[in-house]
Amino acid sequence: MSAAPERGRPALSRAALAVAVALLAGCAGAPSREDPFEPMNRALYQFHDTVDTAVVKPVAQAYIDVVPQLIRTGVSNVFNNIEDLISALNGLLQGKLDKLDNDLARVLLNTAFGLGGIFDLASMVGLERGNEDFGQTFGAWGLPQGPYLFVPFFGPTTVRDGSGAIVRVMVGPVGYIGDVAVRNSLYGVGAVDLRAQALSAGAIVDTAALDRYLFIRNAYLQRRRYLLYDGKPPPEPEEP
Amino acid sequence: MAIIPVSARRFALALIAAAALVGAAAPALAQEAPDVMVKRVAQDVIATIKADPAIQAGNEARIRDVLEAKLLPNFDFTRMTALAMGKNWRSATPEQQKRITDEFRALLVRTYSGALNQYRNETIDYKPLRMNAGDNEVVVRTLVQRAAGAPIQIDYGMEKKADAWKCYDVVVAGVSLVTNYRDEFNEQIKNGGVDGLVKTLADRNRGVAAK
Repeated sequence: MSAAPERGRPALSRAALAVAVALLAGCAGAPSREDPFEPMNRALYQFHDTVDTAVVKPVAQAYIDVVPQLIRTGVSNVFNNIEDLISALNGLLQGKLDKLDNDLARVLLNTAFGLGGIFDLASMVGLERGNEDFGQTFGAWGLPQGPYLFVPFFGPTTVRDGSGAIVRVMVGPVGYIGDVAVRNSLYGVGAVDLRAQALSAGAIVDTAALDRYLFIRNAYLQRRRYLLYDGKPPPEPEEP
Repeated sequence: MAIIPVSARRFALALIAAAALVGAAAPALAQEAPDVMVKRVAQDVIATIKADPAIQAGNEARIRDVLEAKLLPNFDFTRMTALAMGKNWRSATPEQQKRITDEFRALLVRTYSGALNQYRNETIDYKPLRMNAGDNEVVVRTLVQRAAGAPIQIDYGMEKKADAWKCYDVVVAGVSLVTNYRDEFNEQIKNGGVDGLVKTLADRNRGVAAK
């Protein structure tokens, strides 16, 4: 039948028009050009915050209460050691050979002499973490940041950083572990570790913010800009 | 008539000596470099906190007293507030400007004392200051080394005032405090005018939770 696609096309373009109108409406109402989907993001943040307060935060707090500091630091260090390798790769992809050098040295030192990354000897001798990731690599390659997004259970991101995060998951190594139970346990421990590290920052947001959604969004975007420019961001253009 | 009592002469001499001391000390204080000042104040605050058993027991009111006495005189809260308000600052009356500055100051003190309450033997590295002669604004860079967790970079935006350098922005891991409040202040003013912002700040300081 030729009628179906013909009916389909207008329907599709109507949908596209509706999306475009919604986007424009979002733009008009939003206080920030970086966050055109603010109404949607706020709803997702509310949902996230509710579940986080009820479930995730208590789990992270229990982790801190039950597991000794020494072991928690070791867990963080093992995950960080993997991220340092990813950071080295991203240093390479951006042609930042000093970062590549620094992060490889960290990984070698911590893996060989820090019991597979449990001890962060590199930081003790003054090798700071490189903190490069795929989102920054896309930025260095000239890809635009894209709209800000709040993703429940993941947190604040942008289209560019979110794409980087997807690439990051595909790179592994946890995703390539065959044993489902082991793999999921590692994902779980990694997530709890990250959430536990963010608890004290969350307490500060609770005190400092007038509007937690905006506070988190602005802190995230500032932080990402700072990382993209390796700690030396150019002054931001004045708002008109 | 030539008989000026000895005590009066001594008193006059003491006055002159005091004036000379003040005269000598004032320019010396004004010349304290911004990085030297940040280091002196930070070490003073940390030493006081460490030595105070009430603070070690988690007494936030005591921390606030220490901050009031030692830290806050080194901040320019009016400039901080003006920067956070952006173009709205000029549309506020002097009375509103003062109220917002006071409330914003109280909010920052609450936040700071909460953060300092978590202080656990961190050490601070001071990075070399990059400053040209005649600069009226500089950034003092520090790296806070924590017992657990990654070190945090904390930078202080400093401006030269008549008597001393004052801090007008704190940048934590690349996040400027002043910039972070700009959208929030804007939103409050858009929804409820400048008085709406005053009310929200006052509510937060009275412990009403943020949405």
